[in-house]
Amino acid sequence: MNLHHLKRAIMALFALLALTPSAHAEKKYDPGASDTEIKIGQTMPYSGPASSYGTIGKAEAAYFKMINELGGVNGRKINLISLDDGYTPPKAVEQVRRLVEQDQVLFLWQNLGTPTNSAFHKYVNSKKIPHLFLATGATKWGDPKNFPWTMGGQPTYQAEATIYAKHLLKTKPDAKIAVLYQNDDYGKDYVKGLKDGLKDKAQSMIVAEQGYETAEPSVDSQVIKLQSSGADTFFIFAIPKFAAQTIRKTYDIGWKPVVYVNNVSSAVANVLQPAGLEKSVGLLTAQYFKDSHDPQWANSTDVKQYLDFMKKHHPDGDPKDSNNAYGFMQANLLVHVLKACGDNLTRENILKQATSLKNLELPMLLPGIKINTSADDYFIIEQLQMARFDGKEWRLFGELLDY
Amino acid sequence: MDALLHQVFAGLASGGIYASLALALVMIHNATNHINFAQGEMAMFSTYIAWSLINIGVPYWAAFVATIVISFFAAAAIERILIRPVEKAPVLTVVSVFIGLLLILNSVAGWIYTYTIKSFTSPFPSEPPFGNKFVSSHELGAIAIALFVLVAMYLFFRVTPLGLAMRAAAENPASSRLVGIRVGWMLALGWGFAGAIGAIAGMMIAPLVYLDPNMMAGIMLYAFAGALLGGIDNPWGAVIGGFLMGVLENVVGALIGTELKLTVALVLIIIVLLLRPNGLWGHKVVSRV
Amino acid sequence: MNTTNKSQLLIALAAIAVALVLPFVVPDYRIFQLTMVLIYSIALLGLNILTGYNGQISLGHGAFYAIGAYTAAIMMDKANAPYWSTLPVAGVICLVVGFLFGLPALRLSGHHLALATLALAVALPQLLKYKHLEHWTGGVQGINLLKPDAPFGLKLSQDQWLYLFTLAVVVLMFVLARNLIRSRVGRALVAIRDHPVAAEAMGVNNAMYKSLTFGVSALYTGVAGALSAIAVQFVAPDSFPLTISFFFLVGIVVGGVASIWGPIFGGFFIQFAPNMADYLSKDLTGAVYGVFLLLFAYVMPTGVVGFLRKLASKSA
Repeated sequence: MNLHHLKRAIMALFALLALTPSAHAEKKYDPGASDTEIKIGQTMPYSGPASSYGTIGKAEAAYFKMINELGGVNGRKINLISLDDGYTPPKAVEQVRRLVEQDQVLFLWQNLGTPTNSAFHKYVNSKKIPHLFLATGATKWGDPKNFPWTMGGQPTYQAEATIYAKHLLKTKPDAKIAVLYQNDDYGKDYVKGLKDGLKDKAQSMIVAEQGYETAEPSVDSQVIKLQSSGADTFFIFAIPKFAAQTIRKTYDIGWKPVVYVNNVSSAVANVLQPAGLEKSVGLLTAQYFKDSHDPQWANSTDVKQYLDFMKKHHPDGDPKDSNNAYGFMQANLLVHVLKACGDNLTRENILKQATSLKNLELPMLLPGIKINTSADDYFIIEQLQMARFDGKEWRLFGELLDY
Repeated sequence: MDALLHQVFAGLASGGIYASLALALVMIHNATNHINFAQGEMAMFSTYIAWSLINIGVPYWAAFVATIVISFFAAAAIERILIRPVEKAPVLTVVSVFIGLLLILNSVAGWIYTYTIKSFTSPFPSEPPFGNKFVSSHELGAIAIALFVLVAMYLFFRVTPLGLAMRAAAENPASSRLVGIRVGWMLALGWGFAGAIGAIAGMMIAPLVYLDPNMMAGIMLYAFAGALLGGIDNPWGAVIGGFLMGVLENVVGALIGTELKLTVALVLIIIVLLLRPNGLWGHKVVSRV
Repeated sequence: MNTTNKSQLLIALAAIAVALVLPFVVPDYRIFQLTMVLIYSIALLGLNILTGYNGQISLGHGAFYAIGAYTAAIMMDKANAPYWSTLPVAGVICLVVGFLFGLPALRLSGHHLALATLALAVALPQLLKYKHLEHWTGGVQGINLLKPDAPFGLKLSQDQWLYLFTLAVVVLMFVLARNLIRSRVGRALVAIRDHPVAAEAMGVNNAMYKSLTFGVSALYTGVAGALSAIAVQFVAPDSFPLTISFFFLVGIVVGGVASIWGPIFGGFFIQFAPNMADYLSKDLTGAVYGVFLLLFAYVMPTGVVGFLRKLASKSA
């Protein structure tokens, strides 16, 4: 028996092994799936006020292109149809109907934005289309009883804020709190989470709240007003641009509260450098994925993989933009779910696989964070870790916190 | 009281921002009788040019001057190439072209430079002047530069033959042609100057609010309101209007809260305009039957 | 009836006939798109009455669109009102708001009116989120609605029925607008636009006419807004960004200012131009849309209708 025969025999053995589990379950397809292709739909804000998030969709498309060049998932190519909704609900409804009714995608994935997803939430559930891992942190995406086909894709804003509240109650129970929030669903979800976490102490501890609109040029006026409230603890629930302004202004006017900044706005390269690293010392946040430009991760394999991916497959995108890292991680997760589906590509099975993830670890997630889902637990990431900025990098401290 | 005073100073600082962009609006209005809705995006794009220059190692002031010159020619070219074809079209068609231009500049900037915010160098010291806590050196410097541009613009329109010719061309193109003014070139020059002023505004604004493709969306609205409040045809009026806008917004915010501050500020401005239809310091337009 | 009128009537009837057949030959998702075209054309017709015929610019018609949409949504959500009953209410509310807004605003002209209307569009989303109105408006979360079924046991899909219902509203609103513009009132509007001082001298009450025009214009846009809420089944402050007011303005320019047919073409543009831009480029979606605007301005400076008229007069 020469080497050639041995190789053949091994391959036959493997083929047999591969067939065994699915011997009785032959290939099963719903619309959008075939022997050669898996068709997925998505809406993204490629134009309009939220176009900065469009890079998520581009990073994801680039990732699947890479996967397809390597042979696809179980031999099938991933075909991601990503359409512009301009971040407006009417357009989102129209585009999702196109994806479902005309393009006949197998499922929807990573649709971005709370108002946009809200607009077709009922529609996709009545059509029984999986609506997976939405790129928004609203709490309502984890409601398996009423909306069994919809699953969120990131820690919820409310849960994150609750973690801050718990941390504060433990470290500084007599704090006087000032809050700056974006005046929309995103900012208000954080405020709600904070108040829920502080419970009956919310009323007495929060001494000032100020909202801002994204159309405003600066939030200097809000910061000054919050300072004059006499607060000694400051929560910033903002998007990167306004968070950077706030961190800088707080420092410049000589206000020295304990500052919590929300995870979305904690990237070193994207927020803290523009704000000034020396002005960011002591900031607190909660993290679940690695900041690709935080020096402490410079040597970790997954961060290197990510940076390499950006260079080779998504060169137009800014690797410092945490949105790209987010897309990289989400695409990774989806490939995992699709692999688990095997040849049973029905909508029901997609949902089943997405809701039975066990101790899954993903590249870019913080060490120790595991993804667990079940038929009555639709939140994929339920762990965060507190971190303090030391002027150079985020220093993680304490345990991973579950919620 | 201290807090309110602080709000007034912060308002003056942002007012300086609005004033500088308002000057670009006045420039183009006096040269062409239009309000260019794309002015803010042009200024944003100019600022990216400056950012690129500084990034490849050009010293700040050299980049500053180069950006002004590039912006001047680019804006004049936009007038000659993109606006000239609709010169005789109905005014709404021109507005539609401005909106198109706005969308193009915004989207192209996002494509080239991505949407992540960039910090932009300030030429002024990072320590606040006289150790005060109310105004930073950059804010003070930006206000000084806006005032400098204002004086230059005022003298240009008042004293220089070119400035007079430009005003004449805008107000009465037919008669201007008769006295030998090349009206077409005057329009292009007006655009060029507005582009240059916008570039200065952008480079002064970006260190405060950070550079990103959507940086001007809100500022443009405030500048527009400020310019009209003061008088769109008068650079002095527009600058004071810009400052008033900044202070008004902050004081209203401090008194009634931020939720409706923009709404209340705009309502106040409209009331003023109802009482003074040409703005506080605008010139009366006499219409003949 | 002269020959132009006759041929116009024939074109209108032919258009309605085509519009009636469409929902039975295209899939539901296309019907939804066409419903949106019809809805936009009502809104554009409203703006055209104000801007095209009366010469008053508005950068704030998105606000009336939003008021109409929220009126429908609140009535259906809080009071279980039938969907059709929301249209007249939305229309009347917008008529009143538009008239009251027009009363002082008519003293402003040109750029100042543009600012005042822009202020309206900027302020409205803030008001929708205002904490004391949240109970009604649903705040930042918005309101979800159910789509109506076809009545009388008709065998039509929800999309087909809503399309036909919207088409009926369109025909009614267009006939009313046409009659209004051809009447004494319409001539007064145009006179005010072209020669305000002369119109005043001839005994036209400019102030009254201008505010009424603002009201009627708002009524049209409000009805369109109500229909949009029913069709989309959702309203939220983010449904009505500032850009929508600009796109309405662009819509009447592309369709043809001061023309009854223009809004139909404008409706198609507002609905399909963004999709086309998205199809052409994900990187430069906004820029492609901007290029469309420039091309339309250069090739058809007086809009599609103006262009067709020119073609017709050349061939005649």
